Amino acid sequence: MRTLSGVDVLTVALMIAVPTVVVVGLVWGPALATVLLSFTDWNGIGSLGEINFVGWQNYEDATTNYPPFGPAIRHNILWLVVFFLGPTLLGIVLAVMLDRELRGSRIYQSIFFMPVVLSLALVGFIWQLIYSRDQGLLNEVLGLEGGARIDWFGNSDINLWAVLVAAGWRHTGYIMLLYLAGLKAVDPALREAAAVDGAGEVRTFLRVIWPVMRPVNIVILVITVIESLRAFDIAWVINKGRNGLELLSTLVTQNVIGEASRVGFGSALATIMIAISTVFIVIYLIQVMREQK
Amino acid sequence: MMSPRPFGTGGVSAMAIRRRTLLKGALGAGALAGLAGCGGGDGGGGGGGGAVTFGSNWSDEVPKNAIAAMMDGYGGGKVSINTIDHNSFQENINNYLQGGPDDVFGWFAGYRMQFFAEQGLVGDITDVWSDIGSGFSDAMKQQATGADGKQYFVPLYYYPWAVFYRKSVWEQRGYTPPATMDEFVALSKKMQSDGLVPLSFGDSDGWPAMGTFDYLNLRINGYDFHVELMAGERAWNSQEVKNVFDAWRELLPYHQPDALGRTWQQAAQTLLRKESGMYLIGMFMGQQFPEGAERDDLDFFPFPEIDPAIGADAVEAPIDGFMMAARPRNEEGAKELLRYLGTAEAEDAYLAVDPNNVAAHDDADTSNYNALQKKSQELVSGAKSISQFLDRDTRPDFASTVMIPSLQAFLRDPDDIDGLTKSIEEQKASIFGG
Repeated sequence: MRTLSGVDVLTVALMIAVPTVVVVGLVWGPALATVLLSFTDWNGIGSLGEINFVGWQNYEDATTNYPPFGPAIRHNILWLVVFFLGPTLLGIVLAVMLDRELRGSRIYQSIFFMPVVLSLALVGFIWQLIYSRDQGLLNEVLGLEGGARIDWFGNSDINLWAVLVAAGWRHTGYIMLLYLAGLKAVDPALREAAAVDGAGEVRTFLRVIWPVMRPVNIVILVITVIESLRAFDIAWVINKGRNGLELLSTLVTQNVIGEASRVGFGSALATIMIAISTVFIVIYLIQVMREQK
Repeated sequence: MMSPRPFGTGGVSAMAIRRRTLLKGALGAGALAGLAGCGGGDGGGGGGGGAVTFGSNWSDEVPKNAIAAMMDGYGGGKVSINTIDHNSFQENINNYLQGGPDDVFGWFAGYRMQFFAEQGLVGDITDVWSDIGSGFSDAMKQQATGADGKQYFVPLYYYPWAVFYRKSVWEQRGYTPPATMDEFVALSKKMQSDGLVPLSFGDSDGWPAMGTFDYLNLRINGYDFHVELMAGERAWNSQEVKNVFDAWRELLPYHQPDALGRTWQQAAQTLLRKESGMYLIGMFMGQQFPEGAERDDLDFFPFPEIDPAIGADAVEAPIDGFMMAARPRNEEGAKELLRYLGTAEAEDAYLAVDPNNVAAHDDADTSNYNALQKKSQELVSGAKSISQFLDRDTRPDFASTVMIPSLQAFLRDPDDIDGLTKSIEEQKASIFGG
């Protein structure tokens, strides 16, 4: 091995230093600051020197004295379960179907992928048109009149499900595209070999394709978990994540952003979110490391 | 994130895209770096002599033009206007004031003004008030005064909250404005038997219900109790507050059902379509009615009396106006501008372009007022006290993170008043610091 010249050393140093600064400055720094702020009662006003540390007070308030907190945790978990059983599986099924060289496959792909590229404001608007109690499409189609009309967005027993349909509509297309890309990369020889050995379609998929797709499956699993934890936009557009649509992310935003500026309290909520994400990250890393051995 | 009520005309809907928020470097948790973002720092070079900068949150078309017309009438030098999207301005106000704010900027009266005065983030303009004070009523001056007795705010206009209705519908059915709660309930029952929804109601955004709470509280417990309750000095689980929720529960059958999924704009549509008889909301609601015959058909009556000992002379009328930065680059110029903004001529110039509000100044020209403006002016000038609005009269963090979810919880389950008020009180203690 030859020794590195001065320029090489400089290049390597820069290649390490720049990403480190970026990652530390934009990811680890703010994350650490959030954790620290969560132990204060800072309201966003005044210099950092005047901050009061209040110990675990914010966490205590969040868990015992903040009614939206419990629902938010439940909703995030429900979101994860439903996303996994619904849109994710549906996206995979769609991808498998579209992989079979159907006529007009590209058109179907575009249709299913469309929601992913639409802007958030537009998605909110579209579902507003469908779900509105008084003028919405859905109540018209169901032929409900007067008092029988269903308040899809306002009834806290059903609005989360209404939102899950809307969010799943986007998620399905996303998963479909990812999985389709994975399927295209599978060596056709494997299918031929399976067919020659007399395996049927279903058996081929479950026994041959699925194991080969393992890296893609893990990516999809991780994406589903991430999307569920950071679920935010549609709930926020509808009613700022209140009244049945509480999510951790909307609570953090309500408290930290805007005039409210309960920075300390909001940071405590954000820290809880970080902690939950960490659990999944650790599971994922253990999985990956095991594989490398 | 607080009440996205329209400012002047042309309402910003709750769904408005917050483009500017992104441009502002949308503040994360401790986004200290964002502090410098809002300054608009063209304060002029030489020691305090440059153009006065004015931070305007009147960002919708009509109010924006009205502000421009107002500034054109200023003879004291050039004013450089820095218009910021209304909602973004509100959401970033903390960072804005701590960074490099404009010399003069638009804001609201009430606790929301006092809060920043207490933090030392806005400038004392008591000397300006010694010049302009004679033009404003005592109630206006009170709303411009901080907790320390100094003035920090120059009022521009107000818009009252009241019960709105369509004259044509009422004439056709022979309804008359109720003066007491008993008459109000009787009228509501009559409307129901006539196939109308008595009260339009939409609370998807969370803040419109505050208007109902405020009025019931003002009529049952009076203005002083309202002020003390908002300041955190009274208990939310007191019998007084429970009485308010009890009275509200009695009225809920006359409210439009399923209010939590409906925006205030959609609720206004039911009144417009003559499907409902009344709507308790602010005067800005008129913007939902097409200009011309439909809008001229609107009328209102003050929220009825409940307790004769308390009366009905408190009016909820949020005031918008101007404040000065704590350390303006050009203090003399800023105060000179505020002296002008506190004149009747300046307000006339504004309202000539945006006639959807009522001038705060006593000598403002009322000859061009439409019927609603005239009536609003009479209502407010006859009021013994003016409240701002729940979210303007209390801490913003309490209003948005406690009161909005709590009022929505009440509308969902109106029967657990004890549990609800206890929860509000506990959360209040944690926010107000015991």
